[in-house]
Amino acid sequence: MAIYLTKESKVLVQGMTGSEGMKHTRRMLAAGTDVVGGVNPRKAGRSVDFDDRAVPVFGSVRAGMDATGADVTVVFVPPAFSKAAVMEAADAGIGLAVVITEGIPVHDSVAFHAYARRHGTRVIGPNCPGLISPGQSNAGIIPADITKPGRVGLVSKSGTLTYQLMYELRDTGFSTCVGIGGDPVVGTTHIDCLAAFEADPDTELIVLIGEIGGDAEERAAAFIKDSVTKPVVAYIAGFTAPEGRTMGHAGAIVSGTSGTAQAKKAALEAVGVQVGNTPTEAAQLVLTTLAAVGPPLTPRTRRE
Amino acid sequence: MDLYEHQARELFEEYGILVPRAEVADSAELARASAERLGGRVVVKAQVKTGGRGKAGGVKFARDPAAAELTARQILGMDIKGHPVRTVMLAQPVDIDSEFYVSYVLDRSQGRFLAIASAEGGMDIEEVAATRPEAVLRTPIDPFDGVPRAKAAEIAAAAGLPDAAADTLTALWNVLIREDALLVEVNPLVRTTQGQILALDGKVTLDDNARFRQTRWGAQGAVHDQERDELEAAAAAKGLNYVKLDGEVGVIGNGAGLVMSTLDVVADCGARPANFLDIGGGASAQIMADGLSVILSDPSVTAVFVNVFGGITACDAVADGIVRALESVRLTKPLVVRLDGNNAARGRAILDERGHPLVEQATTMDGAARRAAELAHAA
Repeated sequence: MAIYLTKESKVLVQGMTGSEGMKHTRRMLAAGTDVVGGVNPRKAGRSVDFDDRAVPVFGSVRAGMDATGADVTVVFVPPAFSKAAVMEAADAGIGLAVVITEGIPVHDSVAFHAYARRHGTRVIGPNCPGLISPGQSNAGIIPADITKPGRVGLVSKSGTLTYQLMYELRDTGFSTCVGIGGDPVVGTTHIDCLAAFEADPDTELIVLIGEIGGDAEERAAAFIKDSVTKPVVAYIAGFTAPEGRTMGHAGAIVSGTSGTAQAKKAALEAVGVQVGNTPTEAAQLVLTTLAAVGPPLTPRTRRE
Repeated sequence: MDLYEHQARELFEEYGILVPRAEVADSAELARASAERLGGRVVVKAQVKTGGRGKAGGVKFARDPAAAELTARQILGMDIKGHPVRTVMLAQPVDIDSEFYVSYVLDRSQGRFLAIASAEGGMDIEEVAATRPEAVLRTPIDPFDGVPRAKAAEIAAAAGLPDAAADTLTALWNVLIREDALLVEVNPLVRTTQGQILALDGKVTLDDNARFRQTRWGAQGAVHDQERDELEAAAAAKGLNYVKLDGEVGVIGNGAGLVMSTLDVVADCGARPANFLDIGGGASAQIMADGLSVILSDPSVTAVFVNVFGGITACDAVADGIVRALESVRLTKPLVVRLDGNNAARGRAILDERGHPLVEQATTMDGAARRAAELAHAA
């Protein structure tokens, strides 16, 4: 199993016919993702050839879902059109919308998140690399060939730190890696993923990657204390970030004393989470903790 | 982007929020003329994008135009928390009966905006919120309902504000929505002894992501950019995501998270990072070359650490960019490069082939950081 995305997932790509959409649709297909269609109202009825597979283009998310049974959409449309794209997907009642687009105005994100919540659509992102369940499916832009299936679940605000940890733990492997995005407002949070990994029998340890800005990691710590029984290893980026400067991600900013890496680390350690000082150290903590847990479980011996 | 007080005031006025009459001046002589037009008595306020101006001596009362000139001369050129004062705003003083606080802020955890209102304005609102939280009303706003007059009246009543302040709350919401602001704040909102509700000071933070549809501050955005460090301005002109810090190890990487992490790892090795520079996802050789030339032109940099984990970014393009930069910039500082991920082997081979004596490769992020710190200290 995995969270949010499995080999059964049928994936639409909004913006598939754009250059980013084309490039990453090809990568997703190569990773085994069942990409069942693209969405572009101006190119409905055509199809796009990707190596050995022709992927049809639909005029709307609704039409794509009706024709294919799609349950996931990956959004690659430019910032100015992203709000309409996500609201269309929510209107169609799709279960999961993964919004890769960077640079969406916050008011647009606030609006489409509220809309999606009302329609029961889970949004991951925006400004995120998407999610991958190695060996099963890949929705977004995470490189698929740097790791393999395994028993670690990962949730991260940062794309490249996700890749870094996946690579460091390439021999261990992952159930699912979710990049939730670096914007101030994101649809799926650390807590959502922690809850899903806690419930996922194939995940035995959870890696949480955070960074400066907001208080999502502090809230995650409170949730871990009350509701997570599996071991959690964390890494927080941004100890050296000065106050008041945005460090790349729109949401990565220390304001006064709030949002500091130090506070996040302290909150996590206070509830028993092991926090690595570098990505490599965090990976080492994962390995030693897994060694203590014992060998990987087979379905027959799975601890319930 | 934060607006200057006088820009925020201009927006408030446009949206129907009452503000005192005011003018902006960038010289003492112009300040005197403004004071004359405003009736003689004025408040002279430094225009800088930071709080605590009053305590720093950046806000002063002047009883006539001659005093306004003198005061403006004192305030212009002041440095307030690292912000040089280039302009002052001169405003008509008002007779205050009572002071309030109103703002809309983003609630990141809930993904929506909150109205914050308090009958205790004028002072440090964070202080009030910390010591007497019950004096600060926080009301979530539904993005699809907004703040119509009835909702505003509810908020005003619950916070202990006069009913007339509800008009301000509705107008301020319109500022937030139509200008794509992340924060709008009026502090203090005052009731004058004549019973008028007036915004005496305000803060507006605009969403940089909305610049494609909010074009009016383009020119002022350029003013904002002038406040930056020279290197930051040069990097911004090349479209690079760069923040100047005050250390000696120049850092370039791909992805905000990895670059932040790289700074931390460098600091962990006992050196200080000189900058944050994210070349982004899928960076071209040109971006890499531009980034390197910006960092090398920083005189405080004594060693450079290039840390790339190729996801979408191809390491061979990064290596090409380094080689290209070596053609246009004479490298006098050591460069430690760590390439992993997409096309890493090809990238490493390109650098090996170039064989520059000041370029070293490392196989791990931690090892590379240690080496860069060592080289920076040896310089």
